[in-house]
Amino acid sequence: MNWVWNNLDLIGELTLEHIRLSIPPILLGFLISIPLGFLAYRFKLTRGLLLTVAGLLYTIPSLALFVILPPIIGVSYLSEVNITIALTIYAVAIMARSVADALGSVDPAVRQSATAVGFSSWRRFWQVEFPLAGPVILAGLRVASVSTVSLVTVGIFIGIESLGYLFTNGLQRRIFAEVLTGVVMTVIVALLIDAILVLIGRLLMPWTNPGTRRSANRTATQLPLAQGGGAR
Amino acid sequence: MIEFRSVSKQFPDGTLAVDDFSLVMPSRKTTVLVGSSGSGKTTILRMINRMVDPTGGAVLIDDEDISGLEPVALRRRIGYVMQNGGLLPHFKVVDNIATVPVLTGVPRGAAREQALTLMDTVGLDRSLADRYPSQLSGGQQQRVGVARGLAANPNILLMDEPFGAVDPIVRAELQQETIRLQRELDKTVVFVTHDIDEAFLLGDQVVILEKGGRIAQVGSPTEILADPASEFVADFIGADRGKRALSIRRTERGAILVDSEGRAAGVLVDGGPTA
Ligand SMILES: Nc1ncnc2c1ncn2[C@@H]1O[C@H](COP(=O)(O)OP(=O)(O)OP(=O)(O)O)[C@@H](O)[C@H]1O
Ligand SMILES: [Mg+2]
Repeated sequence: MNWVWNNLDLIGELTLEHIRLSIPPILLGFLISIPLGFLAYRFKLTRGLLLTVAGLLYTIPSLALFVILPPIIGVSYLSEVNITIALTIYAVAIMARSVADALGSVDPAVRQSATAVGFSSWRRFWQVEFPLAGPVILAGLRVASVSTVSLVTVGIFIGIESLGYLFTNGLQRRIFAEVLTGVVMTVIVALLIDAILVLIGRLLMPWTNPGTRRSANRTATQLPLAQGGGAR
Repeated sequence: MIEFRSVSKQFPDGTLAVDDFSLVMPSRKTTVLVGSSGSGKTTILRMINRMVDPTGGAVLIDDEDISGLEPVALRRRIGYVMQNGGLLPHFKVVDNIATVPVLTGVPRGAAREQALTLMDTVGLDRSLADRYPSQLSGGQQQRVGVARGLAANPNILLMDEPFGAVDPIVRAELQQETIRLQRELDKTVVFVTHDIDEAFLLGDQVVILEKGGRIAQVGSPTEILADPASEFVADFIGADRGKRALSIRRTERGAILVDSEGRAAGVLVDGGPTA
């Protein structure tokens, strides 16, 4: 444990760096997945194609992607753009599918009712289908964010510093505490980002909050029973 | 006035849901379409707001062929109430009711203000305004659905089995409300149900449909009850026929009503039900 106390600065620095590297791929992945997921949801042809490509992309080992990508897009191996693009690809691979599934999960009766009262298809998408798909999209976003946080560590093999540094450095120097700190901090970063996402979800989708769900019905129908409904 | 001229609808999969349907639905009256499941009621209803486009014939509103009208604009001036309310689960009650005015550009504040007034109209407590639909009972959701249908002050109100999913007591209550609203608001209402009692209760004009949207009989409740046009119609209203064909048998203690099988159905009192 001594190692930890002696290296708090390093740990703090690497943690911030790790968070900084994790956020762009999560955000970009989310933004890019919306139109792709919509295409996959809306058209049968694109659905098969997109989901297959997404599935294939996800199977490329991350290290391989870090190495292949720079010559293709013309940046240096050490460039952050490299890792950002690679991790965005993984995030899209996960989220495009969940956006498509999420849009498919919207109750057709609600969609029809929105059409019936006069939503144009554009407004219906943004004001009805997309928000109602929100909980399922959020679930996909959470998976993608955890995956991104863990993949950022791999960047260390091409020289991009993150909490992954503690793995490689700890292994080389055989400091077990250092490796363990790397693992624990990565998990904490993942949990932190996850908690923030859940919180944002709560704020943006108040109708899904546990407190609002059916509470009124329950008080209306169950109270008399709970208070000795037999007497009535 | 809504007019169907030889309207047919064949779905892409080949189903002929409506076959040569012609009917006039008079203004400011309630027309009830009644028939068993799959008889084409919903399809006919949805051809009025262009949710479904006919494959043959024409639908006219006030003598204007609606196939030339822009569907989204058309829908915003026709109220639509569906089973289970069809409410938007992520909109609060007040915003559900204000949906159409907001779509047509009324400022949100004004639309909400008007929505609260409409809650009074349909008998909803204003304290429910900030709830989400999932926090309401089925009957309350249905009232919200009706309020939303009325929000743009449409001349036409389409109702597709609006009370199909609520229990009999609430249903009876909602039916009475509908009658009251119709008296006060004077809309052209097209109401779909498969409950013949509901049809007779609410309809000025009742249309009994067979499969394919074929009209078995159309008329006022009295006309249909007094003179069923066919075996099918007699059958359709038949489950209750014993109950409906009542006769008076005078006894020493007064007059009792008996059904066609001679069972007592009630007593005859002067004055009828008090309103
Ligand atoms: N989109 C569609 N594609 C293919 N067939 C359809 C479609 N919508 C309805 N149908 C068919 O058209 C027929 C009439 O359907 P419709 O929904 O109008 O009946 P309904 O009288 O409203 O029935 P219910 O009382 O069950 O609501 C049915 O056979 C139905 O299966
Ligand atoms: Mg129907």
